[in-house]
This record gives sequence, structure tokens and C-alpha cells, in this order.
Amino acid sequence: MSLLKKRRGGERIETQWSIALRRFRKDKVAMTGVFVFLVILIVAVVQTSVNPSGWSTLTQDYYQAPSMKHLFGTTAAGLDLFSACLKGAEQDLIVALIVSTMSMVIGTAVGAIAGYFGGLIDALLMRFVDLLLVVPLLTILIVMSNLFQNSSNSPLFIALLIGFLSWTYISRLVRAEFLALRERPFVEASIALGASSWRVITRHLIPNAIGTILVNTTLTVSGAILLESTLSYLGLGIVPPSVSLGMLVQEGQGAATTSPWEFLFPAGLLLAIVLCMFAIGDGMQSAFDPRNARRRK
Amino acid sequence: MSSVVVLWVASIGVFIMVVYSGDPLFPLKMNPTTPPATILIREHQLFLDRPLPWRYWHWLDGLFHGNMGLDMSNAPVRPQLFEHMAVTLRMVLLAFILAVIIAISLGVLAALRRGGITDRAITFTTFFFLATPVFVTGLVLKFFVAIPLYHFFGHQIFATTGAVSPLASGSFFHRLPDYVAHMTLPTITLILAVFSSWTIYQRSSILETMNLDHVMLARSKGIKPRRVLMRHILRNALIPVTTVLALDFAGLLGGAVITETVYSWNGLGRWFLQGASAQDLNITLAYLLFTATIVILFNLLADIAYGILDPRIRYR
Repeated sequence: MSLLKKRRGGERIETQWSIALRRFRKDKVAMTGVFVFLVILIVAVVQTSVNPSGWSTLTQDYYQAPSMKHLFGTTAAGLDLFSACLKGAEQDLIVALIVSTMSMVIGTAVGAIAGYFGGLIDALLMRFVDLLLVVPLLTILIVMSNLFQNSSNSPLFIALLIGFLSWTYISRLVRAEFLALRERPFVEASIALGASSWRVITRHLIPNAIGTILVNTTLTVSGAILLESTLSYLGLGIVPPSVSLGMLVQEGQGAATTSPWEFLFPAGLLLAIVLCMFAIGDGMQSAFDPRNARRRK
Repeated sequence: MSSVVVLWVASIGVFIMVVYSGDPLFPLKMNPTTPPATILIREHQLFLDRPLPWRYWHWLDGLFHGNMGLDMSNAPVRPQLFEHMAVTLRMVLLAFILAVIIAISLGVLAALRRGGITDRAITFTTFFFLATPVFVTGLVLKFFVAIPLYHFFGHQIFATTGAVSPLASGSFFHRLPDYVAHMTLPTITLILAVFSSWTIYQRSSILETMNLDHVMLARSKGIKPRRVLMRHILRNALIPVTTVLALDFAGLLGGAVITETVYSWNGLGRWFLQGASAQDLNITLAYLLFTATIVILFNLLADIAYGILDPRIRYR
């Protein structure tokens, strides 16, 4: 599964990945998303390593509008918002990374088992998924937030909790994909050749469903960021001494009319990150979609 | 019937989750001056000293008799639930209806003008609002619409706190302007929170239906474009959209929790938030049961709507 075109016997062969990558590169919106996201990521990593305590130490400059010294301004307490916002963005992205990895792994595993084996296992797993969907995720998180309210590693707890609860969507899609793929001749052929279930699932079925899995993992990233920041806005998610964008918005809202930078920068950064994720996800969707093959050649 | 079973199993899961999510007497226990006897009495009053299955049964038994128990300050939960429900549903139902109308019309418009400037503008707007958290939309409307309008006109156009003025009195029509001033911004916030995904869905659903054979046939028979759109495209395209609408109604209730927080509405969402942070078992359970019922009810409604839209699907 190389990303680049393979050469076999002097003939160029396009893999699924190279076709998707080529289409993705032509998608201007998606590439803008990748670019802006990388810029935010690099600035965040550089800022937090150059000035690692900037987000937790207070300066002598109180209540300053954005300037060259403080790009995003400062709060009434003298907090440099540039450091705080980027640290918050970094924190949100770590949460999103944990959540999306967990949903991808659990969702694919559950969907694969349900879709491949079918029957009783499928029925049981899908009823369990239905059950998880009966109560909205945000509501469950609000109730569970009491558990990590006073804990110092709240970000990790939140990430694990959201991760354990948000794989349902991916599992349903993977199951649907597997149900269709299972009936195809190449699966029958490999079973006839004596391939084990594990081999059929990992070598034949998952590579065919990888587009669906990756697109929805990207969407899970944005979903996780939105969910975590909402929880933090309500004061139930990431709590001090950690920092997150939702928390900064909540702290900045009181001063939104007198010092709008305290509200606009964290909110804008949050919006930018989620928009990038949507652009990337949308681009991947059309890049992996076989129905686009004719149109975009 | 199966939905009743799902609701019952969900109620067990929810009960266990709420019971293990915290100790309602934690603040009392943290206070060093509380005598141990008080804690024991409270534990007995709240049935904390009973085994879990007994407590669940006690709660379920009460529920069947229309009794949702008492909250932490010994006030009955049921009247509170209905009182807050009236506030929240007023906002949620209006937002739901308006958002459905907006989403369907924008989706149709974007699909008909596919690739054009209208389509691009609609697509960009929907993605923009899809990426905006509800609390950001709410706060922007509050601070950058309502307050500038107040400064511009010198008096309040849109209220930003509460569902009604505390001093409002008189007949319903007397209070109507007050209701409108309080409801406008929260309702717009909720609409903006949900309309985008529905619009995207409606657009792609229309695009898919437009290329089907029966639409081509209807066109070639010379049926007026408007009739083709309404009878042959829209009716078919609405089937998948209905599912999404039904499933998202629960999301609307989640959005209401945040909207109520931003605009300080004393609705179900804030009631639940306060109840959950005080680890008030009966309030939390009442709210969770309410949401679960709504979710299951709307799934049923979607099934019924299928039958109406698609004559091939008829349930016996």
C-alpha cells in the first residue's frame, strides 16, 4: 500500500491510494484546509516549545489590545492570549487525536465483526449501538463530568470518555460496507483458498472500506473538538490548570463588548480548526468516492 | 413494542450511570462540621443505604404511579419537569419547524443551481455554520447583534437574558412583543446550529433523485418543471432526509442546553445542568428519561413518515 505509483514490469500501476491522493491534490478547498491546519499546528508546536510556560504565567501588561508584543492581546489579569490560545488549540488537538484513534479502532473492529460474522453477534452488537444512541452524547458527558471534575488530568479523562462513546457512527458505516463487500466474489475466492477470517478482514475487507473509515475519522476529529469545547464552555470539561479553547471562550465572553479580542481569538481559532477538518474530510470523501472517477479524469 | 424494551434497557443503563457518577452527599461530607448522624439520616432519606436493584425498582415503581421522586431540597420533580419543558419546547419546536423549512428550501435551491454562485454561497454558509459551535453562534448574536442594536436605537430590541421579562404581566397578546424579543435570538441560534447538516443532506438527496429514470420520463412527457420538482423529485428526496431530521431532534435538545446557558433561559437544559452538577439523582434521571423518550418517539415518527412518503413501505 504505497502512497506512490508502483512500477510492475515497466508498466505504471495506479493504486487506490495514488488515485485518491491525486484527486485530493487537485481539490483546492481541501488543500487550503490542509495548509491552514498545518500552519496552526506548526505555530502551536513552535510557540509551546519556545515559550512553554507562556500560557500559565501572567505578564505585567494588563488588558492590552492585540499588538506586536501580544499578537492576540492580553486579559485583565495579564494573560498573553496568543500563548493561551495556542496551548488550548494544542490541548484540543491532543484530545481529538485520542478520540479519533479510539473511535477508528473500536468502530472498525465492532463494525467489522458485526458485518463479517452477521447473525447473532451482529444483532447483539447493533442493539448495543442503538442503546448507546438513545441518550445524546453531550448529555451523557454532562452526567459523567462529575467523575473527573476535580481531577488534574481532566483532558485525558475527557478524551477517553468521548472516545469510548463516539465510535458508534463509524461502526455502523463499516458494518454496512462489510455487509456489501462480504458477498463479492473476491472474498469468496480467498475463503475458498483457505484464508482465515482474520486475514480476509484485515487484507481484503478493511482495505476496501478504508475510504469510509478515514473520511469519518476526520469528521470524528471535528466532532470531538466541538464536543470537548462545548463541555469546557459549560465549565464541565477541561478545567484549570489545563487550558482549552472552549474554556477561553467562556472566560472571554464577559468582556466580549469591551475587549472583543478575548472572545474573538479563541472562538475564531476553534472555528478555523474545525473548518479545516471539514474541508479535509470533504476532500477525502470525493477523493475516495469511486463515482467521481469518470468525472474528474 | 421493541422501542418500549429499548427504553426500559436504556433506563437501567442510565440509572447505573447516574448512581455511579458521583456522591450527592459529597458537599455535606466535605464540611467538617456536619455531624455523622446527619449524613446517616440523609443517606437513609435518599435511599443511598439501599442496594442498587431496590433503588431502581423503587424509582421505576414511582414512575409508573406518575411520581418522579423528590429533588435534593425535597420538592417534587414532576411539576418542575413540566414547567421547564414548556419553556424549552417553545424554543425547540419553533426552531425545528423553521430550520426544516429553511434547510429544505436552501437544499432544493442549491441543487437546482448546482455549481453556480448560489450553490457555492449556500454550501460555504452551511459548512461555516456546521463548524461553528453553538455557544459561539449564541455569543456572537448576543454581543455583536443585540448589544450594538441596543446602542444604536437607544432601547432594547432583543433581550439577551431569560425567557420572559420578570415583570411581564397582562394578557397573552399584551405579553407577545416581550416573548418575541426574548425568543428571537435563541431561536436563531438553534436554527443556525442545526440547519446546515440538513441543507447539505437535502441538496445531495435532490441531486441523486434528479438523475433517476422516472424523473427523466416525467420531463419527457412534458410535465411542467415545477410539478416534476414537487411531485417526482422532492417527494422521493425527502425520504432519506426525514431520517436525519428525526435523529437530529435529540441534537436540538442538546443545543438547547447550551442556548439556554448562553441566554440564561430557565429551561430544561439549565435545570438538568444544575441538577447534574449537584448530583441530584431524580432531576438527572427525569431529564435523561425525557430525552430518551423523545429520541425513541422521533424514530417512530420517522418510520411513520416513510410510510406516507413512500407507498412501497407500509407497516402492518
